[in-house]
Amino acid sequence: MDKILQINNLRTIFNTPEGIVHAVNGVSFHISEGETLAVVGESGCGKTVTMLSILGLIPIPPGEIVSGSAYYHNKDLLQLPEEELERIRGREIAMIFQDPMTSLNPVLTIGRQLTEPLTLHLGFDQQKAIQRAVEMLTFVGIPDAEKRLDAYPHQFSGGMRQRVMIAMALGCAPSIAIADEPTTALDVTIQAQIIELVIRLREELGMAILWITHDLGVVAGLAERVIVMYSGLILEEADVYNLYENPCHPYTTALLGALPRVDYTRHQRLDSIPGAPPNLLIEPKHCPFAPRCQFVMDICREQMPQLELIGSDHQIACWVDIHTGKSR
Amino acid sequence: METTPDAIVHLIPDELETPPLTLWQLAWRRFRRHKMAIFGSISLLVLIIYSFGGAFIYTEAYANFTETGIRLQPPSAAHPFGTDTVGRDILARTIYGGQISLLIGLTAMLVQLFIGVLIGAISGYFGGRIDSILMRFTEAVLIIPQIFLLLVMAKFFGSKIPDITVLGRTFSGSVVVIVFIIGITSWPYLARIVRAEFLSLKENEFILAAHSTGTPTFQIIFRHILPNSMAPIIVAATLGVASAITLEAYISFLGLGVRPPTATWGNMLEGAYNYIDTAYWLWLFPGLLITLIVLSINFIGDGLRDALDPRSRAI
Repeated sequence: MDKILQINNLRTIFNTPEGIVHAVNGVSFHISEGETLAVVGESGCGKTVTMLSILGLIPIPPGEIVSGSAYYHNKDLLQLPEEELERIRGREIAMIFQDPMTSLNPVLTIGRQLTEPLTLHLGFDQQKAIQRAVEMLTFVGIPDAEKRLDAYPHQFSGGMRQRVMIAMALGCAPSIAIADEPTTALDVTIQAQIIELVIRLREELGMAILWITHDLGVVAGLAERVIVMYSGLILEEADVYNLYENPCHPYTTALLGALPRVDYTRHQRLDSIPGAPPNLLIEPKHCPFAPRCQFVMDICREQMPQLELIGSDHQIACWVDIHTGKSR
Repeated sequence: METTPDAIVHLIPDELETPPLTLWQLAWRRFRRHKMAIFGSISLLVLIIYSFGGAFIYTEAYANFTETGIRLQPPSAAHPFGTDTVGRDILARTIYGGQISLLIGLTAMLVQLFIGVLIGAISGYFGGRIDSILMRFTEAVLIIPQIFLLLVMAKFFGSKIPDITVLGRTFSGSVVVIVFIIGITSWPYLARIVRAEFLSLKENEFILAAHSTGTPTFQIIFRHILPNSMAPIIVAATLGVASAITLEAYISFLGLGVRPPTATWGNMLEGAYNYIDTAYWLWLFPGLLITLIVLSINFIGDGLRDALDPRSRAI
């Protein structure tokens, strides 16, 4: 499969009155055509900032992309002028946002919000755009689509709005859809429906999906490959089976260990990772997970581990072999 | 008689649904409850009918007809509102003056709306240095006393514009000057309101979402953010009409506004100054009309403020 998006050594910082926030600290990954890649990590680990940086949606200032490149079809998105980026955003790379309650403009009808990208990118006339919008709404499972075009966002439920958001993102048939925790704001049954919808979309439209989440349960059912991020760094990258069967980074094992299990007894406490996520105001010079790691060694507090292949399609950035507890 | 046992099945879903209220229907429901606003609307309507309907009874030539023989006559059957210092009929003059005053109010509002929204939107949306420059400029306009600026500009431009003819009527060129200078001295308030709205609205996630679908900046400003800030703009614009009418009256009263023979409610007061106690009808009628229209518009603005406030819980 061809790589359609290749990110190299992306660094994004924010200049704040408190100091420089190191949000993304050298992230490299790729996504292939039609592939589903999940990016997991806890809040504030740089998942969203990474994606926004790629699309040039970081507010500058205070944001600043210090280094890196993001190649999409031989074009570095980070170097493109704004007008060219506008042609790619929504047309080639679409985004689905986390909170459907705030991501739709409250004073514009659904129809207008759906048809706007179509007229903008595909040059559709009004009639054709409406036709396409109805198709998309029906496709994402909104009944009576034609009538619903004149409705305002507040007349939809959360799940319906997320469907509208998805219809909006996919209207132009982009080759990559970036979904930024699209199910977090929804309850579990609606989550399942949305995930099913996305799987169907992927199969029928053949687009690559970059799914940002902190829900490892969702990842297992959806993704082909997983990236684990922490403190703006990638700690582990593996295909989804490897990651769950044979997690090799202490952070990944800790994350998986923290998942609630069906066979827990009623009074059993949930496992958690001790300590707190690192302060992003301090530039990481060593393994950022070291203070919370149960396998920590001296070198972990001194040097930054690099991503290394430890199997086919399986990379980790760690000094320790967790099976032996010793240096690799 | 035939029975229709399955009638209930024939109900179309549409008949079962109540169509949801649109934003404007909701606003209208709230506006209706505001008694003073309804009073204001009716009285404004009456004043509009008075000014524009009255033109069918009296001709403009009659309103401007001077006959010194009947100067300063008190209200009578022939001249219900009396006559002024040069014998013109005050009733006819308030009718034509009302037209000009209303037009000045509306057009001056449009001028300030255009400048204010443009500067406020650009300033609030782009922020940073552009914002600083535009806001310092706005403040500079704001700190110069408006009346002072108006008088200087009225004096300076007042006599330089020739009369203009629109729709078969001739206006003193000073009308355009007044509209223009009221417009360009009143926009800072609007600009600040719009800027404040934009500052908070642009941080919304739906704006980021609009960016992510590749919407150009221009469209984001005018099609995505501006409709969200309509409510305060409408309210400010309404009040802007009232203040423009007052300002026009003010400078016309001082003799620097619209030049006679074109009548406005303001310049009808000009000559009345020397007759405050001897010829009350000179100032009473135009004064009443100005008070009434400004009051009406302010009540409407108040009602709109309540009706258009999205946070208002009133149904």
